[in-house]
Formats: sequence, structure tokens, C-alpha cells
Amino acid sequence: MTGAQIRWSILNLVVVVYALVPVLWLLSLSLKDPSTFTDGKFIPREWTFDNYKNIFDVGEFTRPLINSIGIAIIATLIAIVLGVFAAYAIARLDFPGKNVMLGASLLIAMFPQVSLVTPLFEIERRLGLFNTWAGLIFPYVTFALPLTIYILASFFKEIPWELEKAAKMDGASPFQAFRKVIVPLAAPGVVTAAILAFIQCWNDFLFAISLTSTDRARTAPAAISFFTGASQFEDPTGSIAAAAVVITIPIVLFVLFFQRRIVSGLTSGAVKG
Amino acid sequence: MAEIVLDKVTKRFRDGTEAVQEIDLTIADKEFLILVGPSGCGKSTTLNMIAGLEDISDGELRIDGDRVNERSPQDRNIAMVFQSYALYPHMTVRENMEFPLTIAKLDKATIKQKIDEAAEILELGPYLDRKPSDLSGGQRQRVAMGRAIVRKPKAFLMDEPLSNLDAKLRAQMRTSISRLQKSLGTTTVYVTHDQTEAMTLGDRIVVMRAGIVQQIGTPQDLYERPANLFVAGFIGSPTMNFLPGELVNSSIATAIGEIPISDRLRSGLSEHGPTGRDVIVGIRPEAFEDSRFVDDQTAFTFPHDIDIVESLGSAKLAYLDVDIDARAHEHFAEIAQESGAEDVFGSQQIVAQLDARSPVREGDSMEISFRPDDIQLFDPTDGTNLTEHD
Repeated sequence: MTGAQIRWSILNLVVVVYALVPVLWLLSLSLKDPSTFTDGKFIPREWTFDNYKNIFDVGEFTRPLINSIGIAIIATLIAIVLGVFAAYAIARLDFPGKNVMLGASLLIAMFPQVSLVTPLFEIERRLGLFNTWAGLIFPYVTFALPLTIYILASFFKEIPWELEKAAKMDGASPFQAFRKVIVPLAAPGVVTAAILAFIQCWNDFLFAISLTSTDRARTAPAAISFFTGASQFEDPTGSIAAAAVVITIPIVLFVLFFQRRIVSGLTSGAVKG
Repeated sequence: MAEIVLDKVTKRFRDGTEAVQEIDLTIADKEFLILVGPSGCGKSTTLNMIAGLEDISDGELRIDGDRVNERSPQDRNIAMVFQSYALYPHMTVRENMEFPLTIAKLDKATIKQKIDEAAEILELGPYLDRKPSDLSGGQRQRVAMGRAIVRKPKAFLMDEPLSNLDAKLRAQMRTSISRLQKSLGTTTVYVTHDQTEAMTLGDRIVVMRAGIVQQIGTPQDLYERPANLFVAGFIGSPTMNFLPGELVNSSIATAIGEIPISDRLRSGLSEHGPTGRDVIVGIRPEAFEDSRFVDDQTAFTFPHDIDIVESLGSAKLAYLDVDIDARAHEHFAEIAQESGAEDVFGSQQIVAQLDARSPVREGDSMEISFRPDDIQLFDPTDGTNLTEHD
């Protein structure tokens, strides 16, 4: 190995360790017996799944998990459908106010969400949306849209416009051209956007804690902060660690499952190459 | 099978620039028509208007007598081959060629039969189940052709279909396109910026410049009787030589001597009545010959130093430096620049194509001849040909 390779290897190792230590620590905590939390050992002396059993047995976690899954999936679907149409228009059409629209969506993405919590709380209470799924889905769609529009617009721009013209010349209506030619080619972009939107909704804590009051709509991250343990004398650290590991699993699965589809170069061979 | 008529068709963009100005053109049934010109001359815009991919700002487009201005591309029944081929990358070759037929909702058996037929003609049989990304440039080009012919459209539109191929393949495909068009007998409009393609493929050629049609005619017409400086310089390879000249009694004074005015030139000149005594003399490189191989008494002969000799095997190209530049004329300079060929178009050099047997060497002084009747005279102010009868 050359000097440069060694330097890079060390640097990579530092980054990987830095990123993985908290995750492994959390995993270790979740597998420890509560009485051994403070024994100073990174690897548990006795392995136990009690923490995992507890959070599902007590039932304070099952319902928030269902809320999380439902809300994140619905918000992602809505954001993707709206995002596909908006991004297509931005990538293909030349209409007045196009740049204003892109700017506005960037503005929304940059907007400090904290400043919206109080007004949203008031608005949702009066509209009866407070502590409902819809009450969370609305803000989630709003904040996921800029992201999906940006990602999808850049994917649509990559698809040669001539393909669409060719489809039209082949007798396809504009919608047929969109559905049979553009959408299949944009699929990797749609999947990428969907994963990012899903992660964003799934990870949200701010809105989840502020716009819910009971398990009716409270999502998993917010619910974890209410963990008290089975009894008031019990340390909830183990349950919190176990719950944190559980809510990470869907994200990991999601990314692993779609990883193969997020491949660039699907359009190779369309035009000269 | 259709006749396409463009009646004062104009394309005006939103900012008011006219990409195509009042083009009048009748493309006969079964004709192979070429639109040629430098980039930005409006040839692709014209093609897109026929296709329906661009709106027509003014004028009327008729296919088989029906006005189609307002019809969308899918209702015009025209097939198009794009420069980039525009194959659908997520479909196999078969699916690509099937696409127009599935859209038209033909039944499976008919589709299969048509695909097999087209694959046979284009020799695509072994590749039907491959994806476009696994094909070579020439094969992709044939798939694009296949997608166009399966439907038996009223007309083919081709937008520089060969420009992405290497020179050898281009020459091959050129002949196969020509053969295919003859055997199918489908009206074809073909856009190119390559004058060789235009000359070899077309029944008729339309030369365009800056959105205006310069001349419409058979390849031979354009070569022998160019309507103006632009057409003269665009058609033919190597490019026609241009020399500034002055009309003096019965001859034209130029840098290479006083060229006598032939009868054909005289009658042309009297008909056109040039604005001044200045003219631009156009001589094709092929008109020159080493005077050792010429025994024509009427030939005009001049001595000159040879700067560079290029042997092509079948002929020799001799380059002669002359010190007067036709680009001194404003109109000429503009055309040279637009053609994107300033270095060859009217440079301070004359190119002469000589017999391969000529013993000429670089640095030699030799006598070169041409027939005074083979030259063209152009008006330096607007470029019109002063020696041709309409």
C-alpha cells in the first residue's frame, strides 16, 4: 500500500467508527439487562431480549409504530404523486412563474419549522385536525414536496426529450407517452425521492410531539420520549434503546430493498452512446 | 404514400424572430426530398412543423390535400427517425418496433408478422430480444428505421439520421436508406447539413439559409446552375473558388488574368444587368486542368505557382495562393461566416483538381487551364447568379 492509500484508509476508518459507535452503543444497551447498564462494558455480559419484549408487551409502543408507518406511507404517496406532476411540468414546460415556483419550494424547504409549530397547533385545533393522522400528514407532505420536486425534476431533465417526441410520432397521446416512456425511465428517480420523503416523515419529531396528545396519532419517535418504563421505579433506558433500534429497521430495510433500483444509467442506449 | 404541400409556412418564435420564412414547397408522392443548409438555417424547424412537433405560425400545411396545421403528431400518421435515434431504452428491440403498432391497437398476430417483415428487411433478426444499450450505432440506427417503417406511414421524416455514425458506416447506410425508400415508395423528407448526403440521396434538394429557401432543384441543377453565391459555395466538394473580378469590355479582369466572356455569360449578363462593374467569379475546382492534358483551343490558360499538392489517388488537388480576397465584399464575408467554413470558403487560395497523371510538385510553376464557359458570375452586393437564365 502506498502512503496515500494508508492515509485514506485511516481517514475512512475514523469516519466509519465515528458514525457507527452511537448505533452500536444503542444496540448494546437494548440487549443489556437493566441491572448491567452501568457496568462499563460495551459488549453485554448477559444477552437479553427483555427490552424488546417489554415495549411491545406494555403496548405503549405498538400503536405509535402503526401510526408512524401509516402516516409516513400516506404522506410519501401524496408527495410523490404531486411531485411527479409538478416536476414534469418544471422539467418540460416553459411557463411564466416557473422559477418563482422553484424558488418558493426551496423557500419552504429552508423554512424554520419550529416557527410554524405554534400557528399550526392553533390552526389544527380549530379545524379539528389536532391529534389526527391528517394533522400530521399535511405538514409532512408540505415539507416533503420541495425535496421530491427537486429530485424528480432533475431526473426528468435527464430523460432525452426526443424520446417523448418519438413516442408522439409513434402515435402515442401525450399521456400515453408519459405513462409508457417517461414514467418507466424515471422510476429510479421516483424511488429515490420516495425513500428520502419517507425517511423525512418517519424521522420527524417536532411536529409529532407538538401536534399530537395521545396514542391516536402520536408517532413512534414522539412516543419514545414518553417512555417511563414498566413501573415508575424502572429505568426506561433499555426500552428507549430497543424502540430506537426498532424504528431504524424499516429505514434500513427500505433502502436495502430499493438499492438495486436506484441505479443510474438506466437511460443508456436511448440516444447515441 | 402522400403528397405534402407547404404553403407559405412560417415559424415565428415568441421573441419575433422568424426561423422559417414563407416556405413554399410541394413534395410529390414517393419523392425523396432533402432539406440542407448550415446549422440554424431552419431545416429542422421545417421538419418539426411537418411532423407536428412545432406549431406553424403562419401558412398552411397540407398532406394529401387535407389541412393538418392543427392536427397533433399522432393524428398525422407520419413516422420520424431522429438524429439520436430516440430508442426507448427500457424496451427490447422488438418492443421498440412494436410500440407504434401496440399504440394503434393492432392484434398480436399482425404485429408479429409486421415485426418479422421489418426485421428481415433491416437484418435485425438476431437482435430482436436485445436492449438498445447492447447494440452498436449502426444497429440502433436500423432499429430506429424499423420503428418507422413497421407502421406503413404516409411519410418518413428523417432528421440527420446518419450524423452519429462513422464515415464508412454512413456511406453504407446511405445506400441502404436510398434502396429502402425506393422499394417502399414512401414520401421522404430528409434533413442534413452534409452536402454529400444531400447530393447522393435526394430526388430534389432544398437549400436553406437563415430561414429562407435559396434554391430548390435536382442535385445536378444545384451543382451546375446555383442560384446564388450561397448555394454555389455550399454544394460541391471541394468548395467552389471565388475571385473578385471586374467587367472590362469583353473580358473579366481577375487576379489570374483577363478571362474572356463566353456567349452564355454575355447573354446572362445582359439579361440580369449587373449593378456595377464588380463581379465575383466562381470556378469549380473540377473545372481546372493541367494544361498539358488540355487540347481545347478555347481554354483559358494561366501560369501560377503551386503552393501545396494533395494527392487523392484518383486526382490531385493543387492549392494556389492568390493575393486578392473575395471577402473584401461585405455580402460575401457574411455568407462565408454563416457557412461556418471561413477557412475554405473564399479563402485567398484557389483549389484546382488536376488529372492524377499531372507531374506537378509543390513550389513548381505551371500552366493551368479551364474553359471560360465553365465559370459562374455573381453579383457581389446580393450574391445572385448573373449568368443563369431562369
